[in-house]
Amino acid sequence: MANVFPKWVNTVPIKLIVSILLIKTAVVLGVTYYCTPKYTRVGYAPTQPVAFSHALHSGQLEIDCRYCHTYVDRSGHSNVPTTEVCMSCHSMVRKDDPQLAVVRDSYESGEPVPWVRIHKVPDYVYFNHAVHVNRGISCVECHGRIDEMEVVHHAKPLSMGFCLECHRNPEDYIRPVEEVYNLDWERPTDAASQAEFEGFVHDWKVNPPQSCSGCHR
Amino acid sequence: MRIFLLILTFIIFAVVSILGFRGSLSKNTPIEVFPDMDRQAKYKPQAKNGFFTDGRNDRPLPAHTVARGNYLNQQAVFSDTFADSKLGDMAYNLGKNPDGSFVKKVPIEATNELMKIGEERYSIFCAACHGAAGDGNGVTKPYGVLAATYHDTRLRSVEDGYIFDVITNGKGLMYGLKDRLNPRERWAAILYVRALQQSQNASVDVLNSAQRTELGF
Repeated sequence: MANVFPKWVNTVPIKLIVSILLIKTAVVLGVTYYCTPKYTRVGYAPTQPVAFSHALHSGQLEIDCRYCHTYVDRSGHSNVPTTEVCMSCHSMVRKDDPQLAVVRDSYESGEPVPWVRIHKVPDYVYFNHAVHVNRGISCVECHGRIDEMEVVHHAKPLSMGFCLECHRNPEDYIRPVEEVYNLDWERPTDAASQAEFEGFVHDWKVNPPQSCSGCHR
Repeated sequence: MRIFLLILTFIIFAVVSILGFRGSLSKNTPIEVFPDMDRQAKYKPQAKNGFFTDGRNDRPLPAHTVARGNYLNQQAVFSDTFADSKLGDMAYNLGKNPDGSFVKKVPIEATNELMKIGEERYSIFCAACHGAAGDGNGVTKPYGVLAATYHDTRLRSVEDGYIFDVITNGKGLMYGLKDRLNPRERWAAILYVRALQQSQNASVDVLNSAQRTELGF
């Protein structure tokens, strides 16, 4: 009786197993790498209606964050400034600059400047700015070095893992309240400072929730 | 098998070259890989809303109303002795006496705590133009912002209520700050401005001998 199967069929099972393993590995690696805010959100730098430079205003001129984002220490929402805030200087500075035409038009008409929102958490996450900045968590922990950005980009993933990292070890991120808005503050690494940071966590009764309902409701 | 490996390599190569690496800057709106209830139809601060014709969630104040906690002294309004049905505590909220003249002195108790608030708010909102020492030499001066110095006879002798009115409503080129500073913070800033004025206009006699030696008098 002639052979029903040719000889090459012998290697088919092993080839099949190897192929499936390779495809699976590639898909798993691909999903791990790409389907996370570390890829999808980090680096998002949309073009804004006005080419506002944080590097100039916040970095070079050292205008405090709260000059514009006034309610960050009093409200859960850190506000985008009104056009009037822009105009309180730009009614004198570069008052005829074509780049600022959008701002002037907005001030005249009362229509807000259509800024593009960059940092977003899902709507079922209730993040409160005030409780963080008033307890020694700096802007820089979630937003990166905004004071060095010509065009703001999304610097940190703001994923749940990212939040929990700090909620589990607040003493590694907390800083003196007077340094919260100082984005280039360098964190001392000696043991005495570490003890001081642990002291902040204790004294300010910082007890970051790790339960679901701490942030989700 | 060779063909399979080639195809797999090609696909991996294609995916990586199309999607790029984590953290690279992009102007494209972030993809939401698992968009389960991430964006909900609810009112969020400073967000868009199709229901109102102007498209805003944050509603402008209707005429003849005041925002909660910004103008009327709630405690006074709900107290038994509340008489003025319109303005609440005029001295505190407007810096004016009932006859329209300016209040002479800060109408709340001057404490260290209030001075600290004043210092902080001053350095955020005033120092950019008026300078850290109140001499009108802020960081914005080289850009063409004209700001008054506090160290002249007129502003030294003026009523506290007048400064309150200027902070509230602005004057000349200066825009009002009533949307960013509540009355208490405005009074605190005035306290700090008064301290700055004293610091720049003090006589040697007020120093004790140790301080004199330290300063070299």
